[in-house]
Amino acid sequence: MGIQILGKTNIDFIGKRKYAFILSAVLVSVGILSLVQVWRGQANLGIDFAGGTSVQLKFEKPFQLDKARHALEVNGFKDSELQQFTEGNKLLIQLKKSTTEGKVADKIVSVFSKEFADNKFVIDSTTEIGPKVGKTLRDDALIAVIVSAIGMIVYLAWRFEFVFGVAAAVATFHDVLVVLGIFFLLGKEVNLLLVTALLTLAGYSLTDTVVIYDRIRENLRLHTRDPLAAVMNRSVNEVLSRTIVTTITVFLACIALFLFGGEVLHDFSFALLIGICVGTYSSVFVASPIVYEVRKGKKVKIRTRR
Amino acid sequence: MWRSIQWRAGLIAGFLALSILFLVPTLVDRLPKWWTKFLPTEKINLGLDLRGGMHLLLEVETQKAVESALDKYASEIKDVLIKKDIPARQVERTPDGKISVVLPDAKANDRFSQIRAEQYGNLRVASLREQEGKFQYLLEMNPNEAKAIEESAVRQGLETIRNRVDQFGVAEPVIVPQGDKEILVQLPGIKEPQRAIELIGRTALLEFKLVDEENSLEEALKGNLPPGSEILYQKITEKDTGVVTRRPYLLKKRALMTGDVLTDARMRIKSDFNEPYVSLDFDNRGARLFDQITAENVKKRLAIVLDNNVYSAPVIQERISGGKAQISGSFTPEEASDLAIVLRAGALPAPVKIIQNVTVGPSLGQDSIDKGLRAALIGAALVVIFMAVYYGLSGLLADWALFLNIVYLMGAMASMRATLTLPGIAGIILAIGMAVDSNVLMFERIREELRLGKTVRAAVDSGYDKALFTIIDSHVTTLITAVVLFQFGTGPIKGFAVTLSLGVVINLFTALIGTKVIFDWINFKKQLKALSI
Repeated sequence: MGIQILGKTNIDFIGKRKYAFILSAVLVSVGILSLVQVWRGQANLGIDFAGGTSVQLKFEKPFQLDKARHALEVNGFKDSELQQFTEGNKLLIQLKKSTTEGKVADKIVSVFSKEFADNKFVIDSTTEIGPKVGKTLRDDALIAVIVSAIGMIVYLAWRFEFVFGVAAAVATFHDVLVVLGIFFLLGKEVNLLLVTALLTLAGYSLTDTVVIYDRIRENLRLHTRDPLAAVMNRSVNEVLSRTIVTTITVFLACIALFLFGGEVLHDFSFALLIGICVGTYSSVFVASPIVYEVRKGKKVKIRTRR
Repeated sequence: MWRSIQWRAGLIAGFLALSILFLVPTLVDRLPKWWTKFLPTEKINLGLDLRGGMHLLLEVETQKAVESALDKYASEIKDVLIKKDIPARQVERTPDGKISVVLPDAKANDRFSQIRAEQYGNLRVASLREQEGKFQYLLEMNPNEAKAIEESAVRQGLETIRNRVDQFGVAEPVIVPQGDKEILVQLPGIKEPQRAIELIGRTALLEFKLVDEENSLEEALKGNLPPGSEILYQKITEKDTGVVTRRPYLLKKRALMTGDVLTDARMRIKSDFNEPYVSLDFDNRGARLFDQITAENVKKRLAIVLDNNVYSAPVIQERISGGKAQISGSFTPEEASDLAIVLRAGALPAPVKIIQNVTVGPSLGQDSIDKGLRAALIGAALVVIFMAVYYGLSGLLADWALFLNIVYLMGAMASMRATLTLPGIAGIILAIGMAVDSNVLMFERIREELRLGKTVRAAVDSGYDKALFTIIDSHVTTLITAVVLFQFGTGPIKGFAVTLSLGVVINLFTALIGTKVIFDWINFKKQLKALSI
């Protein structure tokens, strides 16, 4: 046999659900708060959601951030946000105020060709997004997420039971909200790429949860006399090594993206890294305990059809 | 058993060959002739975020098309009234989209209402007011007609922009309608984004208007604009200093001729000054019209106006027949050639507004590809090594499944001409993660069965059996999510959903038969006592 990280474990996951619920409640509250802020447009929204202009320049020589900021202020771009990537002498300028006149990007570029005449640059990217488009993108993303959650609940309700579907959805939203909350607290930007990352980790978390549910269902059939808590604990323990191995492999892939993927993938892979940890936690400590809380008083009659 | 193994192995090999066949055009730069004749040439396209390019979302201001249709009605009605000698005080479009006609007396009213009923039945009378013997009509357009005009403005706009882009010469442009009145334009790998915007966004309405020489320009600039005239400007760029000045002209509002009579427009160079200009060819109707206009207005100045900018206002020296004219100005050769393109492709029926513009320079695109690829390779290598170390020889089987997955996925994407974007790569990462997970699930299950003391063959069989439904459940849930996201999501989310759903379906195939067939084959050949897992 190959290596084994875990032998047979016997951890009382269900018994620790109170602590998990408290921790999750705190984390999720932060997440909900940040979701509200995102919705109100108060969070650090990317220009794809907020509307506005962004320009990324790549200079030939190193430059001083202060000088760039000053140049923009003098030329009437006071509200611009600057970010410097020292690798490759890159500068990202964002103006999160959508104007209807357009051509803001051109004006910014011409400011730099005037003020930085001795330091040549190429334009890496420019983005201009009108306010209406930003709102549409935001709404579309939300609708897509909600409809897919409903689809998922229906399938799991059919395969398992309604409460399993709901609990899986809760656990998945839990992960998404926690990562969103962490991004919000860190002041990182909420943009379409983050939404993609959130969808990705929702996929992982869902798979994790379904794997555990499957084992619970199987064990409920095999050990009909055992109390529910015992069956659930046994199931989580049995799949624990799979949970950890999968987490490690995905973590390895993401850490490579995080370290070597460049600035475009940086925040994306960061979200995935946190998300994988949170997702693993939630499938063990959130998804199953919720089912337990709902089901504990009643006689379990789970569908055993396969 | 042996037949089943052969059958499954054949299926795997067949799909592998097919995938590689589809991948060749993507990987090989120049395909030999015999290949393009018989074999697939579809490629995986890189999205704009990866290869650089321009993504524009244009909103067609369809209201403007309706307004100009109303203007046309108003001027037609005016002509009819003049021709029939009906005195009318005023015929014009109101700001809220109606046509107001004021008639001085009852007799004029009688004759007008007859003409309206006969010729303009499609214009409904919204209101008719009588005041001190004067009659004021407010006519409005049938809402269906207005809607048809709006729809055709988008359709024609799309066609016109497609024409312009085609003539400009961009490889693989995407020009599609989006929503009710938006047009999505994607131009991959474009080098001069500003020039492309000028080319696409320009309305290019060409008009010939007489200079109003009966009234004084100075008076008009002071605010005493004579009725029926307007002030438009000519931009003059000083060649040496680059200073731009604006020169005003007082022009008759009414356009004598517009650009819809053009059959051709070309950039030419004046040989004596080496100065570019645009030559225009008119169709028969245009040639007749131009002949008539020039004959009637000898020694007067005729202004050539494009999108309300005066380009030149030469004095008509003599009657010009033959159907040719030219636009000169201080053009660079690029400007002249772009102008010729937009004139040839025709005017947009309504102006467009750029509401989204994402441009990625080729350097960032290349940078993203390089870094993303390197990171993905490192990540894949880490996973492959981990699996081999953790599960031994069985881990190598999992790596084989991973390889199959990636090749199948790429092959499928190529055959569908799918576009690979950054979010698409995220989808692939998730799908590959799930592929690894499927194997982990099975291997852990097989380990459990082995721990129970089963033989290798029995452990493998029951491990697969038991893991099977878990794998199906997790894949189907993910597939549901992916399909919904594809249906409802836009742009980047769609790109994510495409690769994810493809990946999930392919992974189901490889997970169910890709590795199992090798286990079966080994077990068939000899009775294993122990399994490296």
